[in-house]
Amino acid sequence: MKFHTRRPIALAAIILTASAALTACGSDDDGGDSGSSGGDGGSLSMTMLPKNLGNPYFDTSTAGAEAAAEELGAEIEEVGPETASPDAQVSYINTVAQQGKDALILSANDPEALCDAIEEARSADVKVITFDADTNPECRDLFINQATAEGIAAKQLELISEQIGGEGEIAILSAAANATNQNAWIDMMETELADNPDYANIELVDTVYGDDDDQKSFDQTEALLQNHPDLKGIISPTTVGIAAAARYLSDSSSKGKVALTGLGTPNQMREYVENGTVESFALWNPGDLGALAAYAAAALANGDISGEEGDSFEAGDLGEFEVGADGVVLLGEPFTFDADNIGDFDF
Amino acid sequence: MSHTDVERPESGHGSDHETSAGEALLVGPSQLSPTRRALTTVLRSRELSIFLVLVAVVVLATTKNNGFLFSDDGWRNFLLNPSILLLLAVGQAVVIITRNVDLSVGSVMALTAYLAGRLFIEQPNIPIVAVLVACLLLGAVLGLVNGVLVAYGGVPALVITLGTLYIYRGIMLTWAGSDRINAGDLPREFLQLGTRSVLGVPLLTILALVVLAIVGYYLHTARGGRELYAIGSDPDAAVLYGLPVRRRLLAAFVLSGALAGLAGALYTARYGTVSSSVGLGIELQAVAAAVIGGVAIFGGSGTVWGAAIGAFLLVTINRALPSLGIEDFWQRAVVGALILGAIVLDRVLAVRQARKLAESRDHS
Repeated sequence: MKFHTRRPIALAAIILTASAALTACGSDDDGGDSGSSGGDGGSLSMTMLPKNLGNPYFDTSTAGAEAAAEELGAEIEEVGPETASPDAQVSYINTVAQQGKDALILSANDPEALCDAIEEARSADVKVITFDADTNPECRDLFINQATAEGIAAKQLELISEQIGGEGEIAILSAAANATNQNAWIDMMETELADNPDYANIELVDTVYGDDDDQKSFDQTEALLQNHPDLKGIISPTTVGIAAAARYLSDSSSKGKVALTGLGTPNQMREYVENGTVESFALWNPGDLGALAAYAAAALANGDISGEEGDSFEAGDLGEFEVGADGVVLLGEPFTFDADNIGDFDF
Repeated sequence: MSHTDVERPESGHGSDHETSAGEALLVGPSQLSPTRRALTTVLRSRELSIFLVLVAVVVLATTKNNGFLFSDDGWRNFLLNPSILLLLAVGQAVVIITRNVDLSVGSVMALTAYLAGRLFIEQPNIPIVAVLVACLLLGAVLGLVNGVLVAYGGVPALVITLGTLYIYRGIMLTWAGSDRINAGDLPREFLQLGTRSVLGVPLLTILALVVLAIVGYYLHTARGGRELYAIGSDPDAAVLYGLPVRRRLLAAFVLSGALAGLAGALYTARYGTVSSSVGLGIELQAVAAAVIGGVAIFGGSGTVWGAAIGAFLLVTINRALPSLGIEDFWQRAVVGALILGAIVLDRVLAVRQARKLAESRDHS
């Protein structure tokens, strides 16, 4: 009995697989055609695949990419999973390959797990550009890097030095003690503080870790202020940390006496910038990041650049960009948010 | 274990041999004068030893750094920071006294914290009291679910609430997605609730202490409160004796849920940011606070006063250790040592008390 019921299912499975494979091949061919016709000057078609949908940060980057696409006369479509889990993006990448789009712009949830799917898409003549979060360099054509570690470290020191008038004690409120990014930035800030004569009068007295947890970061801020009565400024190179520290400062007696800067998002920091707790903080502009990714995708798909080191392309208002080592394009210095411009952002 | 008995023993008036104050308190409290009885109870209580540890921590931290207690912010934070954990610990203590445990409070808190933020976003003009009541109610309903499953399902509370811990957290994650509540979304008055003080005492602390006083008084004097102890001492005997065990268990879980709900709203007011990690692991802190404060994990003894002091001690230690320059790892180890110490002390006291009871039985 069992064999009898199983056989039709197996048969159906074979037929389905075969038809799926056939349609995939068919659309592959179509994709190749439309891709080349796109290269000939027809309208480009791109797909934007953020880590997840409903995330204000990526909504902003998609808006930037859409604006750039409009300027280029290209079509752009946003797809994405609900949650930012590593394998959730695979099916979307496969769909892009089958649709035969000219380019895929994605923020990778995992550097390794997506490589097979991306490889398949690239073999179907889809240009793959990563932004915000990279895959392994050999998987994709280009990576649009929001900021370099040096740029982030330098910017935060510049902001704090400006806010405390170039002298005094400062402390760092970081994420977890083993957070790779934050530790790299902190190392660079320490070196810069020691070497740069501009910062000769600034002393880094403490580094504490809030584990990217609101409550812990909040408590650590309190401990910092308590242990260092002469503290003039706090740098928090993590979005959770800076918001928690701002919340603590905003209703403590240190408000206005202790400066706070770091990496934050406008929505989290709006309240504190408006009430004067925080003067300015930094982050890249995700809108610019999305726009640059779209320009880079168009340049690649049109064949203007091949993605080699040294290639350069125009990116509208953003100016001209050059491809660096490992196919990385750098957006530039981090963007400074303050009371004057924070109203323009919603992420 | 002085609270184990539902009815206080009335005998002992006629006994003619001299007994020590402690022994008298055990076997015949009415032998002693009321003042002496109260004094002995306090002196011999677990709460006092924990309170002394708390005082020691504060004194140590304050000698090291005056601002720990005597600056405006220091004094405020000393009172304010424990108040959210205090609410959870009070609820937890009541549940533990009935020989159960409520591990879902952290997730309940996360759900109601997000609810509070969401309500202010959807209805910007909603009165603050309405939000607090909504959070309290949602917490009570979630607690009722726990209570029904435990009281009628006959499954250990540890398993049930471990399950609802994940379910409630899952609901919160689905509901919130990648969305988070920021301070800018909340009305100023609500945020001020988190920090405003009346006569030098923060509003949140007053609220927590009022809740503590009501629950503490109820447990100490009301029939329902004493029955909770009876249920925790021996659940089977409580059923045989005809106590409304299910109703009492339901009430205990509803109370724990409601207090967690209130704590969620207060969390939003205090921290101004609600992300999906709110209250992660705080249920264990609540259990720790209760255990450190002398609530026996097997039920039937302990007070919410102890749990409240336990909550104060835990939070204050976490505040004090960085000031004393002790590293992160050791801060956690100290909390662990406190819990182990409390449990060992519990065991030693229980054994000693059993021996004393046996001895005084032999005397008479």
